[in-house]
Amino acid sequence: MEGLKVSDANLVVYVHPSKSNKVPQAVLRELSSLLFRFNESFDGVVLAYDVQIQDKIAKILPGFHPYFGVKLKAKLLLFAPKPNMLLEGKVVKLTERSIHVIVLGFSSAIITGEDIREDFNHKIKHGDELFASRSQKRHVIKVGTMIRFLVKSFDEERLHISGSLLPANTGSIRWLARHSEDFSVSDRSTRKRSESEGELVGGETYSLNNDHQIKKSKKHRIRE
Amino acid sequence: MGAEEFGYNIKEQTFNEMEDDDFNHFSDSELVYHVRDALNSVSSGDCDSYNQLVGVMHHSKGLAPDEVALLVTSLKALSGAVSYIDISLHEALLSSIFDMNMWNYGPDVMDALLGLIISLASSNGKYVESCLEMLVSSFTPPFSFIDMLKQPRGIAKKDQVLSRVHLALKHIADLVPLAPSKLCPIISRKMPIYEKEPMVVVYAENMLKLESGAIGEFVSSTMLMALMDTLIDLDVDIGWDGILHDDSSKGIFQMEIEDMDDFADYDEEDGTEFPRELSRKSLGGNSTAEKLDSLMVLTFEHLKSCEVSGRLTEVFEPLLASFRITVLTAYKSKFAQFVMFYACALDPENCGVRFAVLLADIFACEDYPLSFRMSAVAYLASYLSRGNFLSAPLVASILKRLVDWCFEYCNRKGGEMNPTSHRLFYSGCQAIMYVLCFRMKSMIDVAWFKPHLLLIEQILKHKLSPLKVCLPSVVEEFCRQAEAAQLFTSSEEFNFNDLLESEHSRAFGGMERLDMFFPFDPCLLKKSDRFIRPHFVYWSMVRPPYDDDECISDEDVVEEELDLDVSKMSITPRNPLSYWISNGLEEPRGMPARIRPSTSPESF
Repeated sequence: MEGLKVSDANLVVYVHPSKSNKVPQAVLRELSSLLFRFNESFDGVVLAYDVQIQDKIAKILPGFHPYFGVKLKAKLLLFAPKPNMLLEGKVVKLTERSIHVIVLGFSSAIITGEDIREDFNHKIKHGDELFASRSQKRHVIKVGTMIRFLVKSFDEERLHISGSLLPANTGSIRWLARHSEDFSVSDRSTRKRSESEGELVGGETYSLNNDHQIKKSKKHRIRE
Repeated sequence: MGAEEFGYNIKEQTFNEMEDDDFNHFSDSELVYHVRDALNSVSSGDCDSYNQLVGVMHHSKGLAPDEVALLVTSLKALSGAVSYIDISLHEALLSSIFDMNMWNYGPDVMDALLGLIISLASSNGKYVESCLEMLVSSFTPPFSFIDMLKQPRGIAKKDQVLSRVHLALKHIADLVPLAPSKLCPIISRKMPIYEKEPMVVVYAENMLKLESGAIGEFVSSTMLMALMDTLIDLDVDIGWDGILHDDSSKGIFQMEIEDMDDFADYDEEDGTEFPRELSRKSLGGNSTAEKLDSLMVLTFEHLKSCEVSGRLTEVFEPLLASFRITVLTAYKSKFAQFVMFYACALDPENCGVRFAVLLADIFACEDYPLSFRMSAVAYLASYLSRGNFLSAPLVASILKRLVDWCFEYCNRKGGEMNPTSHRLFYSGCQAIMYVLCFRMKSMIDVAWFKPHLLLIEQILKHKLSPLKVCLPSVVEEFCRQAEAAQLFTSSEEFNFNDLLESEHSRAFGGMERLDMFFPFDPCLLKKSDRFIRPHFVYWSMVRPPYDDDECISDEDVVEEELDLDVSKMSITPRNPLSYWISNGLEEPRGMPARIRPSTSPESF
């Protein structure tokens, strides 16, 4: 899955003087306040950190409250989805006109009807709603399925993702993994694409060449 | 589905402009398309059908069946077209949806409305907060419903609404995992603390329902802490100041420092009062006190249910944190602390021990400000004295910590008597004496505690002279008991005769009068009292060592004599636990430092 990165950060945490006898605790508390929020300077949502205090000596800020700056080196795990990245998530709700997905257990994503490719047909089987591919009968998306989808936009303030299932390399991860070979072959043959070389990287992961795919598949879409 | 049945009505009433004559019957998806078109047409300046749609949302009370049908259908169609709603373009529609009040509608509309709210919340992060606010607003009924809440019809309606609202909150949390973190501040903010009692109670019920419900995992601690904050807010609203000056003869809550047997004189002779009398006027019709009382009862019932379901230890941690952060730091909290007391009573082995240890830790920890440490030890003393569920070994082990601390203080600091600069030390000494006033016999029976008991003499005889500084009423009762129990080698120093309070005790208590702070004195709230009473040690139940040989005072009525005789028989002297009368429900005779609810049916 894309959208995750590890960054090395040099940080200075300003610790209130009342916390001077428990600096590590104060530092961790400060770093914890970064979690699950989008941070512009890191350009991502901090998911985890591993921190090392650099020096026993801290600079004291002159002023009414003599905060002192503790220098840190931290490894930050960041979640920074950008448009056209491929993300993976679990389907939690499915209606005729939308698929609701949760990514990494905290960020919600929605794929609306227009962003689900025509190939997927909404059905109700044994009382459960699902999307089944017309061309690949076994390619099914239902509640609980892990799917791979394309990011259309990311609301940084609310950590809400708008996604798309238009590209052919999106859909149920399990099915994609099993049919990665067939899929790429059939995809090429059905869509008569000559330039799709290099689309497969490392068996299961797809490259970033998504712009192209969107354009392609849009042509295939029939919309009212 | 309802939508098909009502399709014809829709055609007639709302969407006729969008429709051609060849449609007699709509399917759900067709309706969605119409709504979608209505929404889309706003951007092109054609607002007619959109305005009609907004108009439908404003239908609220006394709906005819066809209006209900129209509303349900429109709501359902809207849920299918949420992705076409634009936050700025369709502001009117959104605000009319969020203004809808669940309590005004029947089950069909409620279901459709919640369906729409869930779809909105999950379709776009921007709507999540508004949706949650709308659901939280539905926690309380409109004012017109208040009187109905106690009738069967009202209760049924309440269940109908609230079960749906909570289900919707759960659905939203399933779809938007970060929603609970947004829900918590909304709930704390919207707490209708100044509304009438039934409103506050219903709201708190909802908070507790969330706490134990499906998303409790995420919101439990915030809900409990918010509830404790509310209790404290109400508690401090019933100020001490307004209740000090009333004549004690008129007091609804009269505190007696003197038990008839033990301290016969003070009240009558000098008219000295503790600053803790709530007048009939100030509390009798005090809606804040009633509100607080009802919320406390609700909390007690919730704790009880947690105990039954085995969640008490889990719930206790946030309570403890909340106590440390808000209750302990509030100026002489009067009632809210009984939540802790009750939780401890339900599970003395875990919660009861945790609470005592926390208080002792705070007292001993130098990181806390002085007044908090003094408050903590006042809580500790009162708690150890009043909880009939605490085992003697536990009380002894905590007392040992206090004794050791005071002993070390004497050795470390030394110096002469000085009430202000050794405040903490004096509060520690007073705590030890206060607990021993209540538990002298059982402490003597704990064999390993004996050496520490003997240390007390050295502390009290130190040059810091705690006996001269601590509250004279406590000192005198303690000395009397210590003498009877032959605790000390020489007794001349303990012949201490003074008033209820002294100049020195005032000085060490400071402005806050922490010298006179006994947080777990009998609970004054009428309804809460019945939860606390069975776990509570009243002064009348305490049998001080000097009582052994004496007859029971003549003033006691026959019934009370019987009670005591029974208690004598039930107590085996070897058993360290035994000097309580285990059945706390019996009528107390009186107690020192007591306040009592005279309106309570069980009062004396």
